[in-house]
Amino acid sequence: MPYEIDYLALGPEIIIVGTIICVLLLDLVLPRPQKYWTATVAVFGTAIALLPLGALAVRGERISMFDGSYVVDEFALVLKGLFLVAAYVVFLQSHSYIESDRYYQGEYYFLLLSSLLGSLVMASSRDLIVLFVGLELVTGPLYLLAGWRKGDLKSNEASMKYFILGVLSTALLLYGMSLMFGLTGAVLFVDIAAAVEGLSASPTLVMAILFMMVGFGFKVSAVPFHFWAPDVYEGSPTPVTAYLSVNSKAAGFVAMLLVLYQALPTAVDIWAPMLWLLAALSMTIGNLSALRQTNIVRLLAYSSIAQAGFMMVPFAAAAVSGSDLENAFGATLIYLVIFAVMNLGAFAVVIAGANKTRSGEIADWSGLARVDPILGVLTAIFFFSLAGIPPLAGWFAKFEMFRSVMIADPATIALAVIAALNAVVSLYYYARVVKAVWLDDPIREFPEGSEAAPSGSLRLALGVSVALTIAIGIYPSMAAFVRDAAQVLATGN
Amino acid sequence: MEWLETWGLTVTVFLPIVGALLLGFINRDNENALKRTGLAVAVITFVVSLGVVAGFDFGAGGYNSYQFEVNETWIAAINANYHVGVDGISLPLLVLSTFIVMLAVIYSWNHWEEPKNPKAFLILTLILATGLNGTFVALDLVLFFIFFEIVLLPMYFMIGIWGDKTPRKIPGFSKMHETRLYAAIKFFLFTLFGSAFMLLGFLALYFESGNVGAERTFDIPTLTELGASGAFSGPGNFAFLVFGAMFLGFAVKVPMWPLHTWLPDAHTAAPTVGSVLLAAIMLKLGSYGFIRISLPILPDEAVSWAPFIAILAVIGIIYGSLACLAQTDMKRLIAFSSVGHMGFVMLGIATMTDVGINASIIGMVAHGLITGLLFFIAGSMSHRYHTREMARLGGNMKLMPVMGGILAFTAMASLGLPGLAGFWGEFMSLVGSYNPLEGLSLGVFRTAMVLGAIGTVLTAGYMLYLLQQVNLGEPSAEWEGHQFHDVDRFEATAWIPLIVLIVVIGFFPRVIFDSTTDAVTSLVEMAFGGETTASIGSLTRGG
Repeated sequence: MPYEIDYLALGPEIIIVGTIICVLLLDLVLPRPQKYWTATVAVFGTAIALLPLGALAVRGERISMFDGSYVVDEFALVLKGLFLVAAYVVFLQSHSYIESDRYYQGEYYFLLLSSLLGSLVMASSRDLIVLFVGLELVTGPLYLLAGWRKGDLKSNEASMKYFILGVLSTALLLYGMSLMFGLTGAVLFVDIAAAVEGLSASPTLVMAILFMMVGFGFKVSAVPFHFWAPDVYEGSPTPVTAYLSVNSKAAGFVAMLLVLYQALPTAVDIWAPMLWLLAALSMTIGNLSALRQTNIVRLLAYSSIAQAGFMMVPFAAAAVSGSDLENAFGATLIYLVIFAVMNLGAFAVVIAGANKTRSGEIADWSGLARVDPILGVLTAIFFFSLAGIPPLAGWFAKFEMFRSVMIADPATIALAVIAALNAVVSLYYYARVVKAVWLDDPIREFPEGSEAAPSGSLRLALGVSVALTIAIGIYPSMAAFVRDAAQVLATGN
Repeated sequence: MEWLETWGLTVTVFLPIVGALLLGFINRDNENALKRTGLAVAVITFVVSLGVVAGFDFGAGGYNSYQFEVNETWIAAINANYHVGVDGISLPLLVLSTFIVMLAVIYSWNHWEEPKNPKAFLILTLILATGLNGTFVALDLVLFFIFFEIVLLPMYFMIGIWGDKTPRKIPGFSKMHETRLYAAIKFFLFTLFGSAFMLLGFLALYFESGNVGAERTFDIPTLTELGASGAFSGPGNFAFLVFGAMFLGFAVKVPMWPLHTWLPDAHTAAPTVGSVLLAAIMLKLGSYGFIRISLPILPDEAVSWAPFIAILAVIGIIYGSLACLAQTDMKRLIAFSSVGHMGFVMLGIATMTDVGINASIIGMVAHGLITGLLFFIAGSMSHRYHTREMARLGGNMKLMPVMGGILAFTAMASLGLPGLAGFWGEFMSLVGSYNPLEGLSLGVFRTAMVLGAIGTVLTAGYMLYLLQQVNLGEPSAEWEGHQFHDVDRFEATAWIPLIVLIVVIGFFPRVIFDSTTDAVTSLVEMAFGGETTASIGSLTRGG
């Protein structure tokens, strides 16, 4: 049966595939000193892939392909934009970091671009199979990238740990999906939703949902499936960590919410308590563990576990109280976008700061602001934004999160109080980084060259993130289109 | 004055932060350019706020009516607007804020505490000014929340970088920590704890306004109208929870006992200018929040919380005064005195009468002027003596007569000497609690009055104790041969306006009451249906 294919709608994916091929070919023919061209191609390819998104946004129609398995609507466009911009910033961060190691540059960008392609596919998927393929394409290359610093034991450990737990979660996820297919005989989300409505809450259905939730829980490193995250984050090259905590986490998140929201809205009674528990545990355990960290990357690992908890709050609250999921979906998406912006900035700061101090220990960063006040200001901006202090972007994410839990229901009020307390706790460890940089006296001499400015591409990455963090914070209406996108998903079907 | 009408408040709020950006482009070694730019920004801001006073129609101060209003769409998706305006209640506080910031910049001219860095310090001061001015004019709950929180960051850095470096033992930690680090994060965490719940309260109001009103709104005047019509007083515990959540936010900031413990640490550890801004303006954000938001929007709930607030306020008065008597550190004594004085402010609010609320506003202004000046003096003295231990400071009057004189004057003002500004707030809040809003327990409030009166005696006690320890007696032997330079011209420039105002408000309290009375009276009438007693009403008008 021939399919109608809209090539413009597939534009971003096609351009990224083209870029991947270019990078591979260039890597083959370029002599080693010229390999940095692969980075340039990756950066430009990612930027060009944004163009068809613009055209599609202007056209503004919902394009459904392959019997409804692959949909390009406003929701998919927003997510693709997010993935592309985040990957763009990660490429900028990678440039000098990867070049200094002088090996496998071409492969690095090839793998990262492949992962990016996976996330683009995932954003459009509207059936279990495409979703699964997309999600696995996101994580597959990352197993390799986590072990990038092959001389470093920690990096090897990271790769191994990530691979084994990743495969385990994939198996669980797939098992859940096949149970679901067995129950409903459908893979399309809409068909599943229709079939589940007629089912009573049989043990099989509960098992199917439970397995899928556990699988997704691993992907987004929600407590209690988070144990891999800190070790993997610490061992991976820092730009890869940034990618892990933004792109790959966002991809897992969106996949989970898509399935829950589109395929299982009628089984809300089954997954709502699970989500409530995941949210409450992730916030609390993530924050409490972050309090004890001395390494800045591990701190950010636990912080992103806690932030994932905050992101689940709106959805969990709406589900538990049986109210409108659409609003909650919007709040979660806004949180996701704002978190991506400020977390990328925080990782760019970590790369720049680690360059200067040659250390990832927070104590070694003491007095950094005296050497480089601008980096100090940026540290304060990103870490306080993560803590949700106005007028930085983070406040609006927290605000939307709190706004969506204001439902008169004991379970949601409890969740709101837990979230409010956690918001306070999180300030303590974010402020600790700022305290080290600004308030503490240096505990040792900074290594030579610490006065030098960061590389041009890193400066650009910092500039993009800081501009967005401040602009969204002062004029949050900028992020409002994200909410519209969530509504499209609600009414599109 | 067309221009002032639309832009006056916006300029007052945002000029400082624009100035802070400008300072960012000036080289940090060019100290003179930095100071002049900073001062110019602060002076222009003050002048514009005076322009607002000049253009303010004092006769038109009715219920829930604001002047110099600007209402522009800000976050359309949640119906939050950039809505600013002033009425008779916020006007004195706004001018107090721009005024004190200006004096703080003047004072800091030659008083840079280690590690100096005037650029960073001035930038933080100006960002702080934006947050403070903004809170007093915001008429939208989201906007209010943003400004309320903006002040945290600069103050955190001020305390943390320029604060007290004495190591001290923190319970629960084996290592010694510098006081500044402990105080900075404690201040930050306490305030954030309160404001997280305050935000939940605001959000609850937002959703409820959609159920009882035309649409969901954060607009303070609209919510005030809904509140006065009893829309939020339905059955159930909605109002109770919301008032409680907002209470946490405001009470931490005031601070009310037992949420006050951040205050002595933060005020003592902060650099002089930081302490002045904290005491003179930041504490008022909390009590202003009660008057602007909690009372008018949830009037019935406010009445049922009133005895509770009064009891906490009185505990604050007595506890703060007793704590002062136990201090050996001059700055810490002044810090604790704020707990007591803000107790009187809150007692005034708790009476829910026009007398009491007028008292609380004049009390806020007076406390801003007097305690601001006290912290200036304490800073200048520890700048010269390099100690704040009162036991070592005796005989100051002989070493620095002018400074000693000003200290004596300010201490007298602080203990509520009639004829000086501090008198009106204390006296009238006691008068108010003799005769609280009808329906409130007379027993509780009259007991509060008696205890508050005992508090005034204790206040006199610790202030005289301070004077006796610091000013009187013979200078201790360790200062022999030291040359102390008395008040310098920057100090004089910053302090004389404060002294003049303390006297002026002391003799003519109507400079404040003329602005506040109409707004307060109509607020009390509309929100609580309280009638204004003729005799006391004339007191507030006549002065």
